[in-house]
Amino acid sequence: MRRRGLSFRKLSDRLVRLFSTIAVLLAVGAMLWIIIVVVIYGAKALQWSFFVNPSKPYGIPDGGIANALLGSVIITLGATLLATPPALAAGIALSEFKDYKKLMFLLRFSANVMMGMPSVLVGLFVYIIMVVPSGNFSGFAASVALAIIMFPVIMRTTEDMLAMVPYTLRESALALGMTRMRTTLHIVCMSARKGLLTGILLALSRVSGETAPLLFTAMFADGWPNNYFTGPTANMPVLITEYTTNSPFAAMHEAGWGAALVVTALVLIINVITRIIFREKGHGH
Amino acid sequence: MKAHFIQAHTILKEMIAEIAAKAEQAVQSAVDAVDKNNVAAATRVIANDAKIDEAEIKIEEECLKILALHQPVASDLRQVITILKVNNEIERVGDLAVNIAERVADMALYQERKIEKFDFRDMVNKAKAMLKQALDAMTYHDVAIAMEVIRSDDEVDIIHRNNYGKTRDMILRYPDEAQYYMDCLTVSRCLERIADSATNICEDVIYQENGHIVRHQHSVKSDASQ
Amino acid sequence: MAIKIHAKKLNFYYGAHQALFDNSLEIEANRITAVIGPSGCGKSTHLRIYNRIFELYRDQRVEGELLIDGKNVLAPKVDVLELRRKIGMIFQKPTPFPMSVFDNVAYPLKLHFKLSKTKIADRVEQALRGASLWDEVKDKLKASGLALSGGQQQRLCIARAIAAEPEILLMDEPTSAIDPVATLKIEELMLELKKKFTVMIVTHNMQQAARISDYTAFFFQGYIIEFGETEQIFTNPQKTKTEEYITGRFG
Repeated sequence: MRRRGLSFRKLSDRLVRLFSTIAVLLAVGAMLWIIIVVVIYGAKALQWSFFVNPSKPYGIPDGGIANALLGSVIITLGATLLATPPALAAGIALSEFKDYKKLMFLLRFSANVMMGMPSVLVGLFVYIIMVVPSGNFSGFAASVALAIIMFPVIMRTTEDMLAMVPYTLRESALALGMTRMRTTLHIVCMSARKGLLTGILLALSRVSGETAPLLFTAMFADGWPNNYFTGPTANMPVLITEYTTNSPFAAMHEAGWGAALVVTALVLIINVITRIIFREKGHGH
Repeated sequence: MKAHFIQAHTILKEMIAEIAAKAEQAVQSAVDAVDKNNVAAATRVIANDAKIDEAEIKIEEECLKILALHQPVASDLRQVITILKVNNEIERVGDLAVNIAERVADMALYQERKIEKFDFRDMVNKAKAMLKQALDAMTYHDVAIAMEVIRSDDEVDIIHRNNYGKTRDMILRYPDEAQYYMDCLTVSRCLERIADSATNICEDVIYQENGHIVRHQHSVKSDASQ
Repeated sequence: MAIKIHAKKLNFYYGAHQALFDNSLEIEANRITAVIGPSGCGKSTHLRIYNRIFELYRDQRVEGELLIDGKNVLAPKVDVLELRRKIGMIFQKPTPFPMSVFDNVAYPLKLHFKLSKTKIADRVEQALRGASLWDEVKDKLKASGLALSGGQQQRLCIARAIAAEPEILLMDEPTSAIDPVATLKIEELMLELKKKFTVMIVTHNMQQAARISDYTAFFFQGYIIEFGETEQIFTNPQKTKTEEYITGRFG
């Protein structure tokens, strides 16, 4: 038999390796670039007063981001609280009650549609159903908007995580005489708890930077976020947008970059925590 | 897995066929030596027994190896076990041939005497036939032949019993020739035992074929007596 | 001899596909009955009828009668939860719950019985001893069940199953994911278990079936081809198919 030449195979192997390396470099490079830019522009703003003072109206010095940071935390936590229970329930339904095919198809389909919806649309929607009727912007409306965005994300990860629980675990729980509900909640969800937490954290980090929905719902306010349910609430994404694009003052530009740096750092931290949680889970097996 | 077992089993069957042929030959030579008072031939039979003993050990080792390595079950298990037991019987047949041959030198001393001699021909033919049939039954997995051999064992037993009585009578009549008649009785007993071995082999063959242990069951034999 | 389980003409369907045909079997109490057969012959399916675990899947259904102590447990009015307490099941892969060793065994106890804390602790110890695991885990009862070795996990599952005080133990290839030494331990354990329970074990390992069981059922393509004393099945099977399977002459 005639041998086929090796040089072409080796060459194509090398090419593929080269492209992969370039792709990795591009992805990592882009992330590093963003971080470096944000650090360069934002680092100057990071002072003690920046973290403890609330934001001040245009032109007044010594403004900080404390109110926006707190507002963002409240809004995202509110969104998480709103989204998590129904999203977990939906995820459990998708994974545990597969046999109800039509219902589950409907659920999955609508979740997919929601996932693909631009966030600005979600913001508008909440604006129409909550802000317009009540006559005022509110942090709560923002939480609702973010919750709507979080819902399909958490639902899908929940489904995936529960699908990873081996079927024999369910069977062995049932075989001991447990009811279906107890099996699902005590055994299956318990097994996947780290995965479920991971899903929630990922959804959280995904929405923590959402700006568009907040413009229609939370708006912004200089001052501490003390009327979460009834009034405009300060938050990071809107602060960043406002300060860096709409302000004529150099100090505010700087503060905007500083805020951007803080948000970037937070997202990074959430992601790292998520990875750590997930790795521990993997370690157990 | 199966192929390995079949290979090992085929080798085993060849080995058992070989030792069986050797034992059959030894019996043949021994009875011929008795018939012709051929001391030299008898000595060869005695010397050749070492080869049969050696072959027996080899076969046993091979069986143990198969049992340990292949852990056969069902008919495979029964075949190996049967070979293991038949092997034993064949070796015993070899020993009996030696016992017969050992008497030849002594019996030859009496060949010139004008005394009443024993005629072993009928017994020899029957015992030899039984042994041959038993080995055939094993080779061809033939239960019918095996049953036949088991039934015919009684005939050889009867001849031996008659020989015993005859020996006693002869010794009383010719006390001086007692040694010769004692030799004859030994030969007769050996032939009877060869027939017994053939029967045992047949019982093992029946176990090999249908899994029933027919040993110590007299139903097979009593069928023949009816 | 006491008949514990009497399967009468069980037919089983996965949707439109029939997997078991007229399976009839009488299982003696306090004996180990091995179920052997090639992959996909229906032996696991057969076992999964006994505790009605197949009902987890909507498209699976069974016809026929399954008498346990003379009572048909396939009847709709039978309480499945109580049935499953009475019939413990061990699976191919160990399935410890994601909780401590102690809690794994205590779980079925708390589920089925009202017991004080000290009673529970007693029963947990008893169950772990019953599964020959106590000596190995008594110092790490608070450790996660998942931290044990594979063989220990499987014995933990046995302890968990016997804690609920069942009468029957179903084992679906309990040692196929476990190393030979751990397998031997479980086999030894089974001899103890049969004093208290009626044991049925599905196994791919024919030597295992031969070693540990009193009775053997040979399944082929959804039919029970032969059922009898293990000794007889392995020395002198009556059916050609059985012979072919156990001597490895299949295919």
